[in-house]
Amino acid sequence: MTELAETQPMSVRSTGWRPELVPLVLFAAFAAAPLLASASGAEGYVLSLLTRVMVFGIAAMSLDLILGYGALVSFGHAAFLGIGAYSVGILASHGIDEALVQVPVALAASAAFALVTGAISLRTKGVYFIMITLAFGQMLFFLATSLAAYGGDDGLTLASRSLVAGTGLIESDTAFYWVSLLCLLGTYALARAIVASRFGRVLRGAKENPVRMEAIGFHPFRYQLAAYVISGMMAGLAGCLMANQAEFVSPAFMTWQRSGELIFMVVLGGLGSLHGAIIGAALFLLLEEFLPEILHAASFMMDAGFRAHLAENWKMVFGPLLILIVVFARGGIIGLLRRGHHG
Amino acid sequence: MTTTLLLVQALNGIQFGLILFLIAAGLTLVFGVMDFINLAHGVQYMVGAYLVAAFSAWTGNFGTALLLALPTALAFGLLLEVLIFRHLYDRDHLDQVLATFGVIVFLNQAVKFVWGAAPLNVPVPEILSGSVEIASGLLYPVYRLAIIAAGLAVAGILYGLVSHTRVGMLVRAGATNAPMVSALGVNIQRLFMVVFGFGAMLAGFAGAMVAPILSVEPGMGDNILILAFVVIVIGGVGSIRGAFLAALLIGLVDTVGRTFAPSLLRVFLDPATASQTGRAIAPMLIYIFMAAVLFFRPSGLFPAKR
Repeated sequence: MTELAETQPMSVRSTGWRPELVPLVLFAAFAAAPLLASASGAEGYVLSLLTRVMVFGIAAMSLDLILGYGALVSFGHAAFLGIGAYSVGILASHGIDEALVQVPVALAASAAFALVTGAISLRTKGVYFIMITLAFGQMLFFLATSLAAYGGDDGLTLASRSLVAGTGLIESDTAFYWVSLLCLLGTYALARAIVASRFGRVLRGAKENPVRMEAIGFHPFRYQLAAYVISGMMAGLAGCLMANQAEFVSPAFMTWQRSGELIFMVVLGGLGSLHGAIIGAALFLLLEEFLPEILHAASFMMDAGFRAHLAENWKMVFGPLLILIVVFARGGIIGLLRRGHHG
Repeated sequence: MTTTLLLVQALNGIQFGLILFLIAAGLTLVFGVMDFINLAHGVQYMVGAYLVAAFSAWTGNFGTALLLALPTALAFGLLLEVLIFRHLYDRDHLDQVLATFGVIVFLNQAVKFVWGAAPLNVPVPEILSGSVEIASGLLYPVYRLAIIAAGLAVAGILYGLVSHTRVGMLVRAGATNAPMVSALGVNIQRLFMVVFGFGAMLAGFAGAMVAPILSVEPGMGDNILILAFVVIVIGGVGSIRGAFLAALLIGLVDTVGRTFAPSLLRVFLDPATASQTGRAIAPMLIYIFMAAVLFFRPSGLFPAKR
């Protein structure tokens, strides 16, 4: 875990102005996107893609809170997406489609699940922690597949998006985009405040040296558990948004592969910077979305059949790309930005 | 009726457990000796199944196909080790998880590319087809018994190799304290390769054995990989004995639980609720079991490291 420590200095004081501007530029880009989208001619498509990016950004950022700042490699984080999504889905199927009810229920359910599983998982270390969080994630996944009343394997379709205070506020994609952006900003501000606080410093201290933290009178376990619960609740919120965007809920929201993708987004963006996770989510989803087309365009000298075949099997390029990123791009995008800046 | 059902389910559970053991054995050694998390171990099981499907379609004989598939699976495992995994040994677990995740993405698509997305069928070998009466009025497929026999045989061979040969001694020593073994002048890199290739071959063998009774399809290794992880975590990382016992436990708990959870719950609940809750709880049983084990023994039942 040594290189985690290297990427740590958050306040780049030296001559740095660029690293601090990154989150500003990022959020400005999200805010400006709807204007550009309406000019692009494919407004619906661009907006829904970017909404997806922001929602996954919230989820990845929540993971970064415990992974980047606490070195807790949770391999079951998608479970919280599932809890959030199923809270919306199950309540809606019983006729309760008010977001002001659904979201608090989702947050409470996520917190309860995080509290119980976290208390057990945090007793273990290292590899065992990875595996036990994975096991809890799988537990919930199989629970969802066996909920025959709520669609089982096939999932359930929402009749419509949730109401907000009795109005169809987020019925339009544009409004939903702004609501998602608001959620992203809110969770970012909250996470930023948490890592800057005394609580956040204890969390980081526990990551660097738990024995020393205990020697000076802290119980790392309590701080880690609290961080785990907060992180789970944020991911639960992302799950609510995800269900509303798709107007559909299914166990596929919480496969272990999805948990792996979330970890990947965080590492791709750069551990322990919060906005890095959002950038990672954006890159990952955009790559997933456009790699088939990029491959199709890049193989212009080949015959049409081969090009179609290549675009169809884009994952054969995506997989090795993931490996190369892990092996060569240490520190993620944020790491690259910082290195580029310093020399 | 219930006893025969219990017997059949117990045999199925043992058979499933032995398959899990074949996969978990390689995984636990790779994990224990090299401290390397290999998510791609599940795709090696899938590759084994596909190899036997391809070879048996080509030769028309399951035995020949198996003989061809094993060295190919070994070679494939070594190829992956040289190309990718070797560069990840000194990385932290996070990087290993991610890079091997990339391998899964690639190989799941690659088998689709080569063999198509539709499941392949491998015929049960003629000589092992049919059923045998193991108790009065109880027929059990011969092929499943053959899997049990093969699994037990491999477990025996593995036990002999690990506890009575020089390489086995080094592997055990490596699982307990790898830097010390290296300091004593053992070429640990070569030991890693041997363990890795052997583990890949065992996973491939497991895949080959189940190919005739399961459908061979892309992604078939993903879920069994998670189960293999559950096995090695319960058994204690690096311990073959732990993996063996935990694999049988998991196989039995899963198989028997799925059949009997609904009827057991009927004692407390009305039939409709019981069957629904039972079906909901059954697939979660092994994970609850794992959480319980880790709660009381955070490093598994038989930890190799002290």
